Amino acid sequence: MKYIEEFRNGELAKAIVEKIKKTVDPNRHYQFMEFCGGHTHAIYRYGIPDLLPENVELVHGPGCPVCVLPIAKVDQAIALAQLPNVIFCSYGDMLRVPGSHKNSLLKAKANGADVRMVYSVDDAIELAKNNPNKEVIFFGIGFETTTPPTVVAIKQAKAMNLKNFSVFCNHVLTPPALAAILTLQTKSSLNGFIGPAHVSIIIGSEAYKKVCQQYHKPMVIAGFEPLDVLHTLLMLIQQVNENRCDVENQYTRAVTKEGNVISQQLMYDVLELRETFEWRGLGWIPNSALSIKKEYERFDAEKKFEIPMIESEEHQGCECGAILCGLKKPCDCKLFEKVCNPENPVGACMVSAEGACAAYYAYGRHKK
Amino acid sequence: MIEKVCIDLSHGSGGRAMAQLIDTLFVKVFDNEWLAQKNDQACFHVEKGRMVISTDGHVISPIFFPGGDIGSLSVNGTINDVVMSGAKPLFLSVGFIIEEGFPIESLERIVKSMAEAAKKAEVAIVTGDTKVVEKGKGDGIFITTTGVGVVPEGVNISGDRAKPGDNVIINGFLGDHGIAIMSKRENLQFHTEIKSDCAALNDLVKVMVEVVPDIHCLRDPTRGGFATTLNEFAKQSQVGFIIEEDKLPIRPEVMSACELLGLDPLYIANEGKIIVICAEEDTDNVLTAMRNHPLGKEAQVVGKVIEDDNHFVQLKTRFGGSRIVDWLVGEQLPRIC
Repeated sequence: MKYIEEFRNGELAKAIVEKIKKTVDPNRHYQFMEFCGGHTHAIYRYGIPDLLPENVELVHGPGCPVCVLPIAKVDQAIALAQLPNVIFCSYGDMLRVPGSHKNSLLKAKANGADVRMVYSVDDAIELAKNNPNKEVIFFGIGFETTTPPTVVAIKQAKAMNLKNFSVFCNHVLTPPALAAILTLQTKSSLNGFIGPAHVSIIIGSEAYKKVCQQYHKPMVIAGFEPLDVLHTLLMLIQQVNENRCDVENQYTRAVTKEGNVISQQLMYDVLELRETFEWRGLGWIPNSALSIKKEYERFDAEKKFEIPMIESEEHQGCECGAILCGLKKPCDCKLFEKVCNPENPVGACMVSAEGACAAYYAYGRHKK
Repeated sequence: MIEKVCIDLSHGSGGRAMAQLIDTLFVKVFDNEWLAQKNDQACFHVEKGRMVISTDGHVISPIFFPGGDIGSLSVNGTINDVVMSGAKPLFLSVGFIIEEGFPIESLERIVKSMAEAAKKAEVAIVTGDTKVVEKGKGDGIFITTTGVGVVPEGVNISGDRAKPGDNVIINGFLGDHGIAIMSKRENLQFHTEIKSDCAALNDLVKVMVEVVPDIHCLRDPTRGGFATTLNEFAKQSQVGFIIEEDKLPIRPEVMSACELLGLDPLYIANEGKIIVICAEEDTDNVLTAMRNHPLGKEAQVVGKVIEDDNHFVQLKTRFGGSRIVDWLVGEQLPRIC
């Protein structure tokens, strides 16, 4: 088993699609949200909406770590990168994200800041080791998937007594975002969630139970391959038909009920909950992000450097908030395509390839 | 023999050290009558027909990679750009920009590799230039090559000639070159057996245009990959494309590396690959000619030109759905999760 090709098998897909067609109740409408950008990407990349019956609708959630980071945080990252004697390390797709005044880390780099694209936080540790006279700052972003590696790096830095390594910690949590969407979703036409894949490997399927029950929405945790998504949709449709709201796990080859307990422990050894955190498109959500504990504050860029306070200003006409909550679709936004496009992204959903608007623009706009 | 171990500023200053470098390395290794004349230019007779000229700068890192190096790349890359008009390539010029401190041994290796690639393609490197920049003002070595060639009578290959109903052919596996390079980058280092497919395509194109002079478009999908080249054709010819995912030849190793890095193989650079667009009735003849050549063994039809006012390149997915294969925005950056 290679774990990739098998989950992209077109013949199997046809069989599942047939089953979906037989299972849907023609008299009702089904609306499901994929939380993760990875799913949005897979859905468009494989043309899944083409295969579904007309009464099965997919809406896109906020699960792209790049998209949900507010402009202010990008501005702060740029400010850190521009400090003298700093090597600023970031994952690739964060580099192009525009902050205020169309500035970005890539532009800061072109203007002389030492910004490095890294594939793993290990590379940042390596840079710190090899450049003892430079301050190496790692831009820690992402959901629970990317948090454990950041934490391990901080522990490593402590063990190695690295004095020139710090993290600008912007790691966020999935369940509070889910709850926020359901609170904001006043119309609530949503019938259920395609649950996160990689995030769930860390936090486990049980982590969503409370939110799903509270708002009476079913969830099926799904792998990132197209067959996973189709299978998950079938499971969700069955739950809706039977009026259940369980957290089910389609991604059994990787996700367990309790998740990766060692990673969870590590996370809470080093990090703690922030009282509140601003999400692009969703606003301020309490207890939705993590900061570095006092014990590790010498690796905390927020403590080590003076970071300017910046207020985010979003474009007036931007519908990202409504799109992230599943209330609107990318093509409902007046700015889509003409004003806001991948070359010139205005809102959160267009900035990274996994954002709903960017995925729709890149793969699906021929359907319009 | 060159006495010094590293290139220094004197090798670009026009003095004795530079003359020695030219004599003992470039003239000796490139070995042809035009260079031996030691003029500031090469003078040659022109064959009958339309002439083509193309230029390409090479700034690749790392400079040595599995299946090639910056030298063979700079020769094959420019030859291929000339050849994509259906032309027979004749001569190359080369400009070196070398960073102070660059090992002479590496330069020798690169120059020999260039000579070998040029010889294989029966093209002479007839004139050149060498500049040395201060340490820190270059990245080892940059090579710019310019090539000229002559197009045979009756051949009119151009990116604006794709017509609805034409077929799209590719000569082999996509993405090998880009992945081979990435596997050797300093901050990546994953192990793979994949080699760059860097090769001159002049002989393949020669046999193709002999059989079907009316090939509509040819292009080598280098930077930006297969997807970018088709988007260029779509815009130039004011048409759309439908490509079938099932038929795209991509090695499992390349696919896996792309999965790992969050990249799309359709945008990965190729060398030694060619996209051919020709009329439906010419397709079998082109395919047979290609498959009889070592560089075209895997040739197959992967899609069709269609009418489309939006000039979209569409991909029919293995799932039966469809999606756009769009222009790349900026560089392809790896995804976070």
